[in-house]
Amino acid sequence: MIEIRFHGRGGQGSVIASKILAKAFFMEGKYVSAFPYYGVERRGAPVTAFTRVDDKPIRAKYQIYEPDYVIVLDPSLLTAVNVLHGLKKDGWILVNTVKKPNELRKTLDFPHIATVDATTIAIKHRLGSQAAPIVNTAILGAFSKVSGLVKIETVMEAIKQMAPVKEEENAQAAKDAYESVIMGGD
Amino acid sequence: MRMILTGNESAAWGAKLSRPKVIAAYPITPQTSIIETIADFIANGEMDARYIRVESEHSAMAACIAAQNTGVRTYTATSAHGLALMHEVLIWASGARLPIVMSVVNRAMAPPWSVWTDQLDTMAERDSGWIQVYTQNNQEVLDSIIMSYKIAEKHNILMPTMVIEDAFILSHTSEGVEIPDQKDVDDFLGEYNPAFKLDPDEPAGFGSLIMPEGPYMEFRYKMALAMEEARNEIKKVVEEYNEKFNRSYSPFIEEYRTEDADAIMVVLGTIGSTAKDVVDRMREKGKKVGVARVRYFRPFPADEMRALAKKTNMIGVVDRSYSFGPGADLYAETKSVLYGYANIPVKNYVMGLGGRDITPQILEKVFNDMLSIAKEGVVDREVEWVGLQGDKRWS
Repeated sequence: MIEIRFHGRGGQGSVIASKILAKAFFMEGKYVSAFPYYGVERRGAPVTAFTRVDDKPIRAKYQIYEPDYVIVLDPSLLTAVNVLHGLKKDGWILVNTVKKPNELRKTLDFPHIATVDATTIAIKHRLGSQAAPIVNTAILGAFSKVSGLVKIETVMEAIKQMAPVKEEENAQAAKDAYESVIMGGD
Repeated sequence: MRMILTGNESAAWGAKLSRPKVIAAYPITPQTSIIETIADFIANGEMDARYIRVESEHSAMAACIAAQNTGVRTYTATSAHGLALMHEVLIWASGARLPIVMSVVNRAMAPPWSVWTDQLDTMAERDSGWIQVYTQNNQEVLDSIIMSYKIAEKHNILMPTMVIEDAFILSHTSEGVEIPDQKDVDDFLGEYNPAFKLDPDEPAGFGSLIMPEGPYMEFRYKMALAMEEARNEIKKVVEEYNEKFNRSYSPFIEEYRTEDADAIMVVLGTIGSTAKDVVDRMREKGKKVGVARVRYFRPFPADEMRALAKKTNMIGVVDRSYSFGPGADLYAETKSVLYGYANIPVKNYVMGLGGRDITPQILEKVFNDMLSIAKEGVVDREVEWVGLQGDKRWS
């Protein structure tokens, strides 16, 4: 079983991202479940969402405590929330930031850090507004590259099927992030 | 067709496939996205039904009662305080023998406010005369709605039904769900054939005033008989559904590795799903445990529970609610039906209230406690609250 935890802020689309990723794995024949942990439902509040993937039906009906991957949609959460909590030692943390993995080492004491500037990519494709770009689809493209678990073509197709607007632009944002994500190992 | 759906979307699909003609709902919290999804179906022309947006849950049920009385299938959905506000009319619906099917998303009752899962809301309605079926995944949510119409509408039953799902753990969780073909569901359910209805050409009175020597008591007795008879119809309909749609539901209690078990955990809802993984893990360590997930709480599966008790040395009943009685509801009823039939220890574990997460780790601790009781043959305390803050025993 692969377990993925998303950290975002209300309005950024973390919950939708967890569903689109589940859909992509589902399209590749996996069993999936995706679910949110809502705190206060308002814009800007920290939001957590989860995706589980397995080759057999998933009976687990509880939250994820030891994820294989952590995806952070908003870099300001790195110091606001313990994003590394329970992350498996051989797992990866993927962060939306302009910084490179080495520049995050002071903040994140973890060997496998990947970074992608999903914000710039989202703005380029006019996803959301300049002030509040929607980065959830771009970061899924980066996840495809970092994990190698799901094809970028499948992620793009899942995005096209589930994005409420600008299907092509959202899918292209994922492709751009797939190509520009930087992986920093130890 | 296989799709990824949340529990709420699965409920909406189950309703859509059953072709109710009237949906009445109050759209504000604690309402869920079930009603929102159905509103979309109707707006998109995918569903041919009249959608009545009412001013409260009490009115939602009142509107369903009125509509069903005219001879059409109806559906609604609610949760927590919404269900509590319906209480008066829930009893009317069952007393009037209207086979309404309603989804209930189990949510905690305030205060303090919580929208997370807890079964107090439906347990508080256990005496309202509604059949209650609890589910463990989104597939079961969808399938149970279709089956419930068929069972409820039988002229020897005519009892309304709540199809119940855990908040968030099912309601907001997306899973792969197999959607039956509309034609197959149409074949399975058939056209709604009301036993009686309001008809200007054949006037009749419903819900009239009667005196103590009138048939009030007989009406209640007939309901009691119908709830008993529902056991037979549930069994038949579940078996028919399994056959037609290639499913494997147990009618009343889903047992998992209960043969030869030293201790069996009895649960409702999604806890039963997680517990199966825990049972597998413990069996690998040579610990003989099993899980029995109760699907129908009304009618209560007395015979099946007694048969279950014959297979084991100890039963641990997990309740995700508390009733201030002798333990919580599932425990109290389990113990009640076992009295005189099985002389084994039964213990109540109250856990997961207000959505507190029930992890495999805590379930394993409960199983270990159950095994030590099975070995010693004595219950240390009848009711135990598991996972309270600061209680090191379970952390």
